[in-house]
Amino acid sequence: MPIEPTSLPDNVLTMNLKKVVNWCRRSSVWPMPFATACCGIELMATASSRYDLARFGAEVMRFSPRQADLMIVAGRVSIKMMPVLHRIYLQMAEPKWVISMGACASTGGVFDNYATVQGIDQFLPVDVYVPGCPPRPETLMEGIMLIQKIIDQHGMPASKRQPMKLSVQPNYRPTPQPQVILGPKLAAALHE
Amino acid sequence: MTIDHPAAVKLKERFGHLHLKVASFRGQTQIEVPGENLTQVVTFLRDDSTLGYDMLCDVTCVDYLNYPGWDKARFGMVYTFNSVAAGQPRLILRVFLGEAQLAIDSLVPLYAGAEWMEREVFDMFGVRFRGHPDLRRILTWDGFKSHPLRKDYPVTGLGERENYPVLDRDSA
Repeated sequence: MPIEPTSLPDNVLTMNLKKVVNWCRRSSVWPMPFATACCGIELMATASSRYDLARFGAEVMRFSPRQADLMIVAGRVSIKMMPVLHRIYLQMAEPKWVISMGACASTGGVFDNYATVQGIDQFLPVDVYVPGCPPRPETLMEGIMLIQKIIDQHGMPASKRQPMKLSVQPNYRPTPQPQVILGPKLAAALHE
Repeated sequence: MTIDHPAAVKLKERFGHLHLKVASFRGQTQIEVPGENLTQVVTFLRDDSTLGYDMLCDVTCVDYLNYPGWDKARFGMVYTFNSVAAGQPRLILRVFLGEAQLAIDSLVPLYAGAEWMEREVFDMFGVRFRGHPDLRRILTWDGFKSHPLRKDYPVTGLGERENYPVLDRDSA
């Protein structure tokens, strides 16, 4: 006999199981901070009371990869450290997501030298890139909200993930820059 | 200009036959020592009761490739000594090494703290230290072939960073 909504008591809701599981996952993203440089400071600020990452359920920083499901790579990664990053990533349990935070983790930043990885996505699958040098806590939060969006659309059981072509749209309008007033000499020099 | 650094005076008495060159700049005295006499000179500096250079502060190297007006050998070793107990002023020893014979006696038998500093100089410049107990690379990784602080090494490297395994979502 199929279950009919009318036959259920008032305190029971029927729902899609995938939706419930995804809701649980998105509301308790436990990050593993792989903080190697100044981005790590912003990461700490994001978790602290002023910005309060707990509003998104992601305040529990786990320093063991086995208890985390989101790795935030914050800062530059040297090639000598790459095997460590690989190992930590492999130790995380599925489902797992990776945020590449800041210019250095995403592209190598200004450190285009023999020792620095030019973007961790050359060696790891990255889900969200957070731009900035370092990104402000709001930007990192936007990245974590994107991860939540990915979780929402992610199937259960985990299917092969495809690029979702999501991107952050700025929700602010930049104020006009103040007008620079030059002296006559500098103005003439710039004019030439 | 006369140089009245106590170590310079003492070394002139003891090693006059080596004709050590002394230079002083802004209160820092440096003495150029031939590579083969380094252990001898450093042992004297350490064991002399009035000098007592008991601390090897730093070991590093400079690559003078294409340096304007340079007429000495390409690599210049820099040894900085402090005299903590006897309170003598700081002393810098220089040893110049050519590319053909890029080897020098290790100071680890005299100062245990030289071990990692000499490993770093080996890693970055390729200077071999004779008698070093464990001359391995210290900053770059195993399998790195070059010496990156040499002036003829390109900043972006020689392709060393391309040889790592790549994880994708299916293999992880």
